[in-house]
Amino acid sequence: MNSRAAVLTVILLLAAVFVAALSATHGTSGMSARQALHVIWALASGQQVDDLGSQDVTIVRDIRLPRLLLAMMVGACLAIAGVVMQAFFQNPMAAPSIIGVSAGGALGATAAIMLGFQFWLWRLSSVTVSAFVGALGVTAIVYLLSRRGGRTPVGVLLLTGIAVGAMASAMSSLLLITYGHGQMDRVVYWMLGSLAAADWARVQMIWPFALFGCAFVYLYGRDLNVLLLGDEQAHYLGLNVEQVKLVLITLSSLLAAAAVAVSGIIGFVGLIVPHITRLIVGPDHRWLLPTAGLAGAVLLAFADLGARLCHEIPIGIITAMLGGPFFLYLIHKRRAYDL
Amino acid sequence: MTEDTVLETRHLVAGYERREVLHGVDLRVAHGEMIALIGPNGSGKSTLIRALSGVLPPMTGEVILHGRPLASYPRSHIARQIAVVPQMSSILFAFSALEFVLMGRTPHLGRLRSESAHDRRVAADAMRDTDTTHLGDRPVTELSGGELQRLIIARSLAQQAPIMLLDEPTAFLDINHQVQILRLLNSLNTEQDKTIVAVSHDLNLTAAFFDNIVLLSDGRIVAQGPPQEIITAERIEQVYGAEVLVDRTPSGRPRITVPSPATRRQQR
Repeated sequence: MNSRAAVLTVILLLAAVFVAALSATHGTSGMSARQALHVIWALASGQQVDDLGSQDVTIVRDIRLPRLLLAMMVGACLAIAGVVMQAFFQNPMAAPSIIGVSAGGALGATAAIMLGFQFWLWRLSSVTVSAFVGALGVTAIVYLLSRRGGRTPVGVLLLTGIAVGAMASAMSSLLLITYGHGQMDRVVYWMLGSLAAADWARVQMIWPFALFGCAFVYLYGRDLNVLLLGDEQAHYLGLNVEQVKLVLITLSSLLAAAAVAVSGIIGFVGLIVPHITRLIVGPDHRWLLPTAGLAGAVLLAFADLGARLCHEIPIGIITAMLGGPFFLYLIHKRRAYDL
Repeated sequence: MTEDTVLETRHLVAGYERREVLHGVDLRVAHGEMIALIGPNGSGKSTLIRALSGVLPPMTGEVILHGRPLASYPRSHIARQIAVVPQMSSILFAFSALEFVLMGRTPHLGRLRSESAHDRRVAADAMRDTDTTHLGDRPVTELSGGELQRLIIARSLAQQAPIMLLDEPTAFLDINHQVQILRLLNSLNTEQDKTIVAVSHDLNLTAAFFDNIVLLSDGRIVAQGPPQEIITAERIEQVYGAEVLVDRTPSGRPRITVPSPATRRQQR
């Protein structure tokens, strides 16, 4: 029993309830918190909501609620994808973007906006779909280019991710300056990450990833522990290293790609949440995965509440502004990083 | 005799991308043997251990476990048969010593099963045998080289594999822990019937603790036999290129000393 993990879980669950209540009752519409609570109560108990004012019902049910759920699931997906990447690279500084998920998602979204893709898939916009495809596509290219005689050495994967990611970013920039007239701010806004466009269609897109993806990763908890010892020792302990790595990189990119597709690029969550959670609960993934997922959900819900109340500034700006200094503090304080 | 063979190599050629290290090694390890691999730096000792463990696939030739090619077994089956103590590596993640040793139980556990009381008992026994019980809750990132090395041995014991391959298991240990580990290997061999193949760099300790020594040079086995036959002044000079004196310990084992500069001057 890991008592620190248990305490953290309880605190995070309370924080989740708290931030959910805040998010549902606060906003810029001028509706009072009391009125919002009325609407929630009516919706939750299945009462008639006609007499509560259709605008207020719409705001709570179709704007605030899906946005809250989306923020939490995006946070959980990014945090768990980050945990997996850090174990995969045996490096506490790794993040999902390292294998090109963000650059690929950005390329997909930019192409959709700039080239004017006009299609809908299961009520998802062309931007969301293209971002998802781009994120997965670039990750797959990085993985395939990193194969060396049946193995994928992490050093090769890391460098390939940097190279291919740079190329994808260059292509996004090229699209941006070539077709940028009038659409530039849409792309920039997307790249900074935002949940302002949250709706139930996006929630429906991400929830299977958040639920099944995270559950699947959890089945690999012990494998992730063993991977932290390095490929060779994992091999000696009976792990089919290449097979496990393929499963994990697939799961991690699916989680990150789903998050990127619905919210744009929200930096630092996939790096910092696993990192801090590990400092508290230790490196055992059977504790780390659930606590990091919960922490990511709570953090992003708070950050998005901040974004909503501050004139809809992109949430990526908030996470980086808060995450950056905190990370600097950690680097400064912990001698272990002076390798 | 052939029935007794648990692990063997047949014309094994192995190495790395552009460099062939082993050029045709035929080694036969019988059940219950305790073999030392010695040889100069770069002679292929570690490569042989890595090939025997299956982590390094042969370029040509074969590694055979219980009569079948190693590659034909699932990884977890091999890990239940062969435990490997690799050369020291640094660890960046702060597992506790106990968690670290418990990882040795991995090949015995299914994906959904967590460690049982039995697994914990096995880990505790392994820690007792390696004098690491007191490290229990300490993070492995804060241990000394010697403590970590003993912990890796404890982890391999927790694997409960009948065959143990060790790559310089005493390299970072002080003389007390060196002897302790070699005694442990010896008792594992005699009392628990473990088959042991260990790379060793300390020729005197090797001569004192092993009855079967394999001498490697330039990727080939040049001699195999008891210490009295293998560790001789002529052979050491021939293979290592070092000028040494070999006499006998009171128990009749060969003992190597290096002539001090003063002695050498006198001889001239």
